[in-house]
Amino acid sequence: MTKLRTAFAAAATAALLAPAAQAFDLHFMCYQDGNQCDVLTQLVKGFEAKHPDINVKVDTVPYKAILETLPVELAAGTGPDLAKVTDLGGLHKYYLDLSPYVDKAYWDKAFGKTLDWYRGGPNDHGIYGMHAQLTITGAFINKTLFDQAKVPVPGKDATWADWAKAARKVAKATGTKYPMAMDRSGHRFAGLAIPYGAKYFDAKGNPEFSDPGFAAAAKQFVAWNKDGTMDRQVWAGQGGASYADATKEFMSGDLVFYYSGSWQVQKFDKQIGDAFDWEVVPAPCGPAGAGSCSGMPGGAGFVGFKQTKHPKAVAELLDYLAQPANYEVLEAKSLSIPANTVVAAKGVKYEGADAAASKALNAFAAQVPTISPVGFAYQGYAGNRAMFNITVTRLTQAIVGELSLKEALARMGDDLKQAVAASK
Amino acid sequence: MYKLISPLMQLVDWPMRAFQSRFGQRRLAWVFLAPNLALFGLFVFLPVILNFAYAMTGSEHILLRDRPFVGAQNFAQLTNCKDYLNPNSCQLDVFWRAVHNTVWFIVLQIGFMVGFSLLTALILNRKIRARGFFRAVFFFPVLLSPVVVALVWKWILQDQGALNGVLSSLGYQPYNWLLDPSWAFGFSVFLTVWFHMGFYTLILLAGLQAIPRDVYEAAAMDAASPWRVFRKITLPLLMPTMIVVLVLALIKGVQTFDELYAFTGGGPGSATTLMIQYIYETGFAGAPRLFGLAAAASILLALVLVALTAVQLWVTRRNANG
Repeated sequence: MTKLRTAFAAAATAALLAPAAQAFDLHFMCYQDGNQCDVLTQLVKGFEAKHPDINVKVDTVPYKAILETLPVELAAGTGPDLAKVTDLGGLHKYYLDLSPYVDKAYWDKAFGKTLDWYRGGPNDHGIYGMHAQLTITGAFINKTLFDQAKVPVPGKDATWADWAKAARKVAKATGTKYPMAMDRSGHRFAGLAIPYGAKYFDAKGNPEFSDPGFAAAAKQFVAWNKDGTMDRQVWAGQGGASYADATKEFMSGDLVFYYSGSWQVQKFDKQIGDAFDWEVVPAPCGPAGAGSCSGMPGGAGFVGFKQTKHPKAVAELLDYLAQPANYEVLEAKSLSIPANTVVAAKGVKYEGADAAASKALNAFAAQVPTISPVGFAYQGYAGNRAMFNITVTRLTQAIVGELSLKEALARMGDDLKQAVAASK
Repeated sequence: MYKLISPLMQLVDWPMRAFQSRFGQRRLAWVFLAPNLALFGLFVFLPVILNFAYAMTGSEHILLRDRPFVGAQNFAQLTNCKDYLNPNSCQLDVFWRAVHNTVWFIVLQIGFMVGFSLLTALILNRKIRARGFFRAVFFFPVLLSPVVVALVWKWILQDQGALNGVLSSLGYQPYNWLLDPSWAFGFSVFLTVWFHMGFYTLILLAGLQAIPRDVYEAAAMDAASPWRVFRKITLPLLMPTMIVVLVLALIKGVQTFDELYAFTGGGPGSATTLMIQYIYETGFAGAPRLFGLAAAASILLALVLVALTAVQLWVTRRNANG
């Protein structure tokens, strides 16, 4: 009897202690552009309910921490279990391969195009990340200013030059301060350079800045910054490669045409309100006109890191989020364009978005099929972050007159060689 | 208390005596220095050694074991110039722009800083009305955060800032001050002088108050003019304090980073990029992360600071020896 009692007590103690011993936390580093981290926090509650032994802690951090702190933490082996990242290819070496834990066929079907952005190269067939937010660069216009100026809005196949001409006319007629502006980002500049014919890679697939298309776009961009077509302070007002945008100018009605991207929709929807009418216009084309119109894809993805102590749990969490029902909630509540083709095919009913925001999101979604293969290749290149930064630093020097355009382009080539050498 | 401590001291007494008799009195000093040396070594010497190691290695890898040895390649890149006065002729033009900017920044900043601090200290040393209030006013900016100072001046000087608002209301054309490289640089010097001069004014004020009054009374009896009193009494007797101010301002000037990074971001272009910002951006701000190049640049900067400190010591000793 005593033995039985002892055995029962031991079993009961083990049963009580077992869940406590196995319970663990998963740290998810997330940056908030809009409300996606809040939506994520809500969504993971469902996962935690199914896995009572797992606590998912969503740590919301500034975007700068994702760009600057996270890579250092990962290199030092002290990173989180999961994170929302934008340097998709650049952090590849730290990613956990989810393929042993998830339904590979489903992931290939749902995220086919974007899975390559997280991979190490063409021979890598692993699954490393869930693209949580497909973004596309594009142009917003202040429609009210066009109406006031009685200038017709350029049509579907309008070129960058057409838009510049129209924006200048509108600015002049309405006394608006800035005709055009573009975010200070090499990624956004690619949205201008690709329609101008930039290839970014040579025939062997090596990165380059020396093609005539890139040079033509750079020349045009520098000229627009010098003649006042572009809001000069966005690019010239900063040093180094730091990011700057013109959202304030656009939201205050001081800007006619703003080249940014789909992630701004939620902000504009909330903050512009009824102040003026704004809309998203089709991707501007290059000098060649129709057929050369493309934005630049991008966005953010959720990834797990191989340094996690709980790879299975990390994969299960990402798989949970990738399922159509959950993914749709994530996109609908954070007003994001879905990268999951299963969800995209069904269509997303955006929650809390008014007519202007829904129209804008649909306009961006409609541009996805026109994205140039160069854009996909550039976005998927692991060293693209360095190329973006080089573009910004050197073009700014050309804009402020520190370097001639020719010198700036030559320096870009040298910087790229150094970056490629350093990455080896 | 003594009763409590005494047995404890006796407890450590015999090992100390044993150590002293075995190794001698001079070596015992190292035992007392050891804890502090260990901390100093860990947080100062070790990083310096690591910095040298990084400067001799390449690639973007953060861990030393993954980084290939490249010898003096990073130093060679930094110093590869056809004409050091023309940054465009250098392999790393932005580094040399930062060097040029830093030199000009220090020359202008120290000139204005010491000049204005001395003038302010002389005025605040006189028996003027509300002297305490004005002393507080001049010292107040020193208490602010560098980022706050930078943002306040940015709001004043930006395109739609307060200064342009005042100019517009007076009928003048607004001007984008921070987009003009010369104005942006000039205002960067102004901002740092405005921000730090209260500190140096305070030091000079203390120096002025340490000058014996009887010297001035003797000068007054001889009917010496104020300018002569300043040149022959105030300035020579204030010189040791002036040297301290000069050297502190010099070292602080070389290290300037946070306020200008928040004020102009180093722009337009690289017009206000100083050495520390170059090092930060090269190593940490974004891809490619060239830790080796940043480490080499920081060693070059350290050499300059060591040289400046040596000059300070030499001047101070020469001054002390009369």
